Amino acid sequence: MPAKAPISSVNDFVVRFANVNGSGSASANELFARSVLRMGIPVAPRNIFPSNIQGLPTWYEVRISEAGHLGARGGTDLMVAMNPQTWDKDIASIEPGGYLLYDSTKPMPSAKFRDDINVIGVPLTAICNREYTDPRQRQLFKNIIYVGALSALIDMDVGAIEKLISEQFKGKEKLFDANKHALHLGRDWALMNLECPIGLRLEATDKVGDRIFIEGNSAAALGAVYGGATVCAWYPITPSSSLADAFTGHCRRLRVDPETKQNKFAIVQAEDELASIGMVIGAAWNGARAFTATSGPGISLMQEFLGLAYFAEIPAVLFDVQRAGPSTGMPTRTQQCDVFSCAYASHGDTKHVLLFPEDPAEAFEFGAQAFDLADRLQTPIFVMLDLDIGMNHRLCRPLKWDDNRKYDRGKVMTAADLDAGKEFGRYLDVDGDGIPYRTYPGTHPSKGAFFTRGTSRDRYARYTEEGAPYADNMQRLLRKFETAKNLVPRPIRKDAGKPTKYGVIYYGSTSPAMNEAIHMIEAKGRPLDMLRIRAFPFHQDVPDFIADHDYVFVVEQNRDAQLRSLIVNECGIDPVRLIPILHYDGTPITARFIAREIADDLEALKVTPLRKVVS
Amino acid sequence: MTYITKPKFHHPALPKNTLGYTHRDYEGKISTLCAGCGHDSITASIIEACFELAIEPHLVAKISGIGCSSKTPDYFLNASHGFNSVHGRMPSVLTGANLANRDLIYLGVSGDGDTASIGLGQFCHAMRRGVNMVYIVENNGVYGLTKGQFSATADRGSKSKRGAVNTDAHIDLVAMALQLGATFVARSFSGDKEQLVPIVKAAIEHKGAALIDVISPCVAFNNHAGSTKSFDYVREHNEAVNRLDFITGRSPITVAYEPGSVEVVEQHDGSKLVLKKVAADYDAHDPAGAMAFLQHHAAKGQIVTGLLYVDREPEDLHEHFNTIKAPLNTLTEKELSPGSAALEKINASLR
Repeated sequence: MPAKAPISSVNDFVVRFANVNGSGSASANELFARSVLRMGIPVAPRNIFPSNIQGLPTWYEVRISEAGHLGARGGTDLMVAMNPQTWDKDIASIEPGGYLLYDSTKPMPSAKFRDDINVIGVPLTAICNREYTDPRQRQLFKNIIYVGALSALIDMDVGAIEKLISEQFKGKEKLFDANKHALHLGRDWALMNLECPIGLRLEATDKVGDRIFIEGNSAAALGAVYGGATVCAWYPITPSSSLADAFTGHCRRLRVDPETKQNKFAIVQAEDELASIGMVIGAAWNGARAFTATSGPGISLMQEFLGLAYFAEIPAVLFDVQRAGPSTGMPTRTQQCDVFSCAYASHGDTKHVLLFPEDPAEAFEFGAQAFDLADRLQTPIFVMLDLDIGMNHRLCRPLKWDDNRKYDRGKVMTAADLDAGKEFGRYLDVDGDGIPYRTYPGTHPSKGAFFTRGTSRDRYARYTEEGAPYADNMQRLLRKFETAKNLVPRPIRKDAGKPTKYGVIYYGSTSPAMNEAIHMIEAKGRPLDMLRIRAFPFHQDVPDFIADHDYVFVVEQNRDAQLRSLIVNECGIDPVRLIPILHYDGTPITARFIAREIADDLEALKVTPLRKVVS
Repeated sequence: MTYITKPKFHHPALPKNTLGYTHRDYEGKISTLCAGCGHDSITASIIEACFELAIEPHLVAKISGIGCSSKTPDYFLNASHGFNSVHGRMPSVLTGANLANRDLIYLGVSGDGDTASIGLGQFCHAMRRGVNMVYIVENNGVYGLTKGQFSATADRGSKSKRGAVNTDAHIDLVAMALQLGATFVARSFSGDKEQLVPIVKAAIEHKGAALIDVISPCVAFNNHAGSTKSFDYVREHNEAVNRLDFITGRSPITVAYEPGSVEVVEQHDGSKLVLKKVAADYDAHDPAGAMAFLQHHAAKGQIVTGLLYVDREPEDLHEHFNTIKAPLNTLTEKELSPGSAALEKINASLR
């Protein structure tokens, strides 16, 4: 008998699968998550995987939340412990009153368990060995068998699982039958031998709606397709490689000319990140929409080229799927740690435009918009994803595209413009917004050609080392950055229902955890106004929001409070008023963490009880 | 200096090419290199080659890295767009540009420091990808702008102006290009315009990765006794394997060559390379043989020049990628956006 009452919950709990990587568990685990989704219950799965191909521990966490909380929660209610290497740690991480599902083929000493959890043994290996002779089959079907057992234990709709299997193995009847058989082996064993369901169970509902389930990297790549990217140059690096892979896949389906079977895209796996960004810059200089996908170490390698693109004013789009640094750091763990290295990338005075999508839907939108912004502003645009958004399936609103949408190619002078006698000076600020006109190579036989260089030049692109034209150009670049403030996605403000002197700023993948945490903080009687920053340079809304509050928490996933420092630096804010809330252990930030930290800080600030705050 | 404007005066009797352009239409700004610099001779050869081929100057993109050689694109083809990029990174910028618009002619200009030291990786990968380009290395074995340090193409044992002896082995870019699958590999000498101009013409017409390694003495820092890249040394040790005539497709061969002394290589576009053999046993279609020939002569201190290798059936990156004929930079939302209906289908598949 467990010392603590078994957890009882419908449609709100966390299941964690502990596996060995390379064992084929990923597809079974994903099948589990998708099946829950098909029952109309929101899920947020997360892959916690090592930088390794085979043999090391990997976890798959599925947060089931009818209320729609998609951030990591922390803690495990039901552990499916399939990895002896991590057994002790896995058992220790189960919430008191939680459940353990394990392979009971071999007896385990009682010391290996806890008395405050509910232990459920299923002889998975024995079932497999009885049923299969091929070692590979024994391995693979074991995963499906535990999904089958789970389906009985938490009362899943077995029809939904079978339907998903049939969709997965469409046209491969044999595989469908084999998987269905394995599913029922586990399910029937559980129904026959265990008390089903346990305290954790599912009830079909309709809380998923028309939302889709997609990885951020795939959505961002789709954004690049819709945004008109034709050239992609990249170098493999976790966690961004799947973005380039997804772009390749999307292009093969969507961008092959139906008549000629020729490609309306060119994708180069470059020799390194320097070459990747060089190709992007070359292509964009020549009028194509081009991008690269990379992560922090790649951004470091691209620094010199980024200064060129900034100074010579060449559009470029970079998807930075952030991972924990510095150096190789934790390549398969998430962080928001490249804010500085992107915002001020390269030597000399530089500033770059950053976009911070919160989920795959925004990754798609910003992914497409980045190309318009790059062309309009003639400068690199960074789409700041991270591993948490990029490499996990996330429930989000359906992707949308307006067929009347035209690409904004920015200020490009055509042969007709030149023939009409329009004055062309490559770095001439004709409109007062800091953005000059450019021409594509090959535009006109005698007009509009210029020499692009990283050295200083005057408004007509003529080489000069004179101080005045140099300063004039640097000032214009600042004006251009000012223009960018009103072109990039605006921050989104959500005020508490009640007046408060406290606010919170957050961005990117922190969103779902923050949205959940705000309720927990409010439940303690402490309302907070929220501002989600979606881009750098900061819109006037950002300093305005800070001015409206005595103190503002800045929640981010890095050690050095990078966004906070950027705000202090760019908006001239007294740092005392911005309180950092920092999570940087490589796991995704949780609502529990945010709520606890902010509550502690509010305590320390000696918050006046709310009723006395009201003016 | 570049800010001194060149007079635009044209002598009325200047010869014109089939497009009606004169030499002057292929010139650039006044060179800021040292008087007598080999690079200026290469610039003159590029101008001559483009004039003779009657190329529309604005349909050329000239791209370079950083260094003395990389400054030269400013000194030819004023009507072309130029891009003086990052040290050692011309190949990647050019590759990207080429992908964006396959219809332009791409002249990549680099030096021995830019290519063989900092840019060795990018040089290799551009060659092995078969980017359709002319890759000209203006090779003087020395860093000019930083005043005379050895570069990676300096021969072991050669002496710097200050008397230091280079103890490192040299990198032979021609041998590397052969090994890496370049489909056109030549070496020439800036002081031999007769040899260089037809090679540049042939390289421009070649549809693939074409490397021309041009030994181009640095009069300021590498033209002394003890240097193996000086005018005198190169003249004395130049071992030309062939001489080239380049004949565009439409023109018949009118010059009478001695029987057995020439080989005519027909290119894809119908143009012809007439190889006048100097070394009777040299086969310009055999990369392994070329490599052995190079090494054999290098051991004797000779500099082998000429068109050393040409692939009769070259392929380029666009063929490998199966890209559409229209330049990618001309495609609009009409061709590129799959539209909302396709997106709805994708949404449906993600539920």
